[in-house]
Amino acid sequence: MTTATTGAAAAKAAGRAKPATMAQALQRAMRDAMAEDPTVHVMGEDVGTLGGVFRVTDGLAKEFGEDRCTDTPLAEAGILGTAVGMAMYGLRPVVEMQFDAFAYPAFEQLVSHVAKMRNRTRGAMPMPMVIRVPYGGGIGGVEHHSDSSEIYYMATPGLHVVTPATVEDAYGLLRAAIASDDPVVFLEPKRLYWSKSDWSPEAPARVEPIGKAVVRRPGTSATLITYGPSLPVCLEAAEAATAEGWDLEVVDLRSLVPFDDETVAASVRRTGRAVVVHESGGFAGPGAEIAARVTERCFHHLEAPVLRVAGFDIPYPPPMLERHHLPGVDRILDAVARLQWEAGN
Amino acid sequence: MQQRSSTVQEPLAETAHRPTPPPAWRPRTDPAPLLPDAEPLRVLGTDAVADADPALLRRLYAELVRGRRYNAQATALTKQGRLAVYPSTTGQEACEIGAALALEERDWLFPSYRDTLAAVARGLDPVQALTLLRGDWHTGYDPREHRVAPLCTPLATQLPHAVGLAHAARLKGDDVVALAMVGDGGTSEGDFHEALNFAAVWQAPVVFFVQNNGFAISVPLAKQTAAPSLAHKAVGYGMPGRLVDGNDAVAVHQVLTEAVTRARRGGGPTLVEAITYRIDAHTNADDATRYRADGEVEAWRAHDPVLLLERELTARGLLDDEGRRAAAEAAETMAAQLRERMNADPVLAPMDLFTHVYAEQTAQLREQAAQLRAELEAEGESR
Ligand SMILES: Cc1ncc(C[n+]2csc(CCOP(=O)(O)OP(=O)(O)O)c2C)c(N)n1
Ligand SMILES: [Mg+2]
Repeated sequence: MTTATTGAAAAKAAGRAKPATMAQALQRAMRDAMAEDPTVHVMGEDVGTLGGVFRVTDGLAKEFGEDRCTDTPLAEAGILGTAVGMAMYGLRPVVEMQFDAFAYPAFEQLVSHVAKMRNRTRGAMPMPMVIRVPYGGGIGGVEHHSDSSEIYYMATPGLHVVTPATVEDAYGLLRAAIASDDPVVFLEPKRLYWSKSDWSPEAPARVEPIGKAVVRRPGTSATLITYGPSLPVCLEAAEAATAEGWDLEVVDLRSLVPFDDETVAASVRRTGRAVVVHESGGFAGPGAEIAARVTERCFHHLEAPVLRVAGFDIPYPPPMLERHHLPGVDRILDAVARLQWEAGN
Repeated sequence: MQQRSSTVQEPLAETAHRPTPPPAWRPRTDPAPLLPDAEPLRVLGTDAVADADPALLRRLYAELVRGRRYNAQATALTKQGRLAVYPSTTGQEACEIGAALALEERDWLFPSYRDTLAAVARGLDPVQALTLLRGDWHTGYDPREHRVAPLCTPLATQLPHAVGLAHAARLKGDDVVALAMVGDGGTSEGDFHEALNFAAVWQAPVVFFVQNNGFAISVPLAKQTAAPSLAHKAVGYGMPGRLVDGNDAVAVHQVLTEAVTRARRGGGPTLVEAITYRIDAHTNADDATRYRADGEVEAWRAHDPVLLLERELTARGLLDDEGRRAAAEAAETMAAQLRERMNADPVLAPMDLFTHVYAEQTAQLREQAAQLRAELEAEGESR
């Protein structure tokens, strides 16, 4: 599934590199998958003529026709429910949910059918499909447009939950998600849609295996464990931390389910300290699971309890207040400062 | 609109406000042809029976008798602890059999939890059909083998699946029809609405078959809907609604066959409402005396689907004692086989719990599977 070169390096080598956004990389992933595999069908609200409210499906209906990239009636349970039937007949639906909070009407189909069908039928009827969900805050959205809904999906056996944080991964992980024989909830950090990289769609692009975390910044003092929209914040915090004399390692999980215990534990064993960072609320949030797993595996290497920097346990705030809610550099550095650095501890 | 005489001087303001239809408005579907008939279609007891193929009538009879026996046997198996639960279709056999026989081999059936009989009539092994209700696994069969989707418990959620499958088949150019079954209570669910809407917009080759058996567990239809009939709901989606006597096997078969044929020819979806009655309680675990009077049940017993067909066939000389005996014997053989097979303890496969969660087991599930395997081995040693 993996080709040798990374998109950016190859593009640079070919002298063709021009900045691409995450939205463009996602579009390109669907386009390439549709061109290769006639069973791939994109469906959702406004995905056809308009190209999606974030333009992620831009041009697909024009290139492949409306039977392959379909503007559906406005009903999320219906979209996912019909996608189940399409998958039963051998298609690979790629469903777009317009926003995190508008995927909720589809929950019953997701939990009771998409996630369980393989298991219910003893493997006879797998559900190869991708459910793309723009998620998270930081875009000044009014209510119901900024939820971190990952924990609901993570708590549902049978689903893979994947979230890219870089332009390269957006392409590679979405290709892998579409190729997967299992349902993948593909969480797109909407505030990173316009983030850019030298990644070029013309270059050979890497398809990432699902389930592998990656060390984005090597360090020795402590590990920041994060994913999706919080990765750039953690990298910024790690840079700022050098002024305090901390050399922070940053792990990008990329896949929440399956969870890459190995990469995470290896990092924490090296550094001896860990902070989990995410926008999702802390109580029973992803960080609770991650902290428990790290503690179970690295107890004797830990110099301090695993800490969490999370969104508050509140409904997502109105846009003018969201900066107080989202984990920022200062809050991360405060947590790092609390990792019991005093000698003899 | 009436034109006024041009000799009359009109103030500008008045012409500017002359009412016209809103710019975006166009007349759409004419609702009249979509409306269901005033009364449920009946064939038995009418001259139309003469047009029916005698072979079909005999087949329907044999299947109904077998279906009645199957219901009795499955209910008995709950009493013997061989089934965890059984939602009976006693009194609804004409609907179950009519649905199964209206489909071609290549078509798909989307049953609810109540519809094991339809699945069996379609050719599914009864033991596999009853796996869910026995409890050794969920779906006991490969859905693709007989093109029977998994028995569906979350109400109405199977309906959008049928639409999606039918839509996918049409995109592929296959002339496959999906028939989806749902109860009267299920029509209140959002998925019922969404499925019918998607089907009509996509003109998907799908037939929605509602068995209005009077109750959703204890709740009567009057508490579900204020619609003139459930079939009328079709009109709002732009598809035809049909009403049929659900205890008239010939009428059910006819209406469903017409709807299936229409869908196959590209005519789009149909909603069929069958008026029937659930003679038994909701399941063996339910006490129906808490919400309905015995008299009501007795009235329906007089309108029993097996009885109605038997009388008609006998009157027309299509059924004699010998035919009745043959049907009963075949049903008895089926029941004896089912009983015998269900009396054997199922082979449980605990490790399968981990095998089919994902295509490839995750590291976490491998760990948990190892734990269970060790527990099973320890259990084995302690025995
Ligand atoms: C979404 C959902 N809600 C509630 C139930 C519990 N339940 C099972 S059967 C039933 C009644 C269904 O009535 P109806 O649709 O008329 O079908 P019938 O049982 O009469 O065949 C209820 C409430 C369920 N299975 N699914
Ligand atoms: Mg009912």
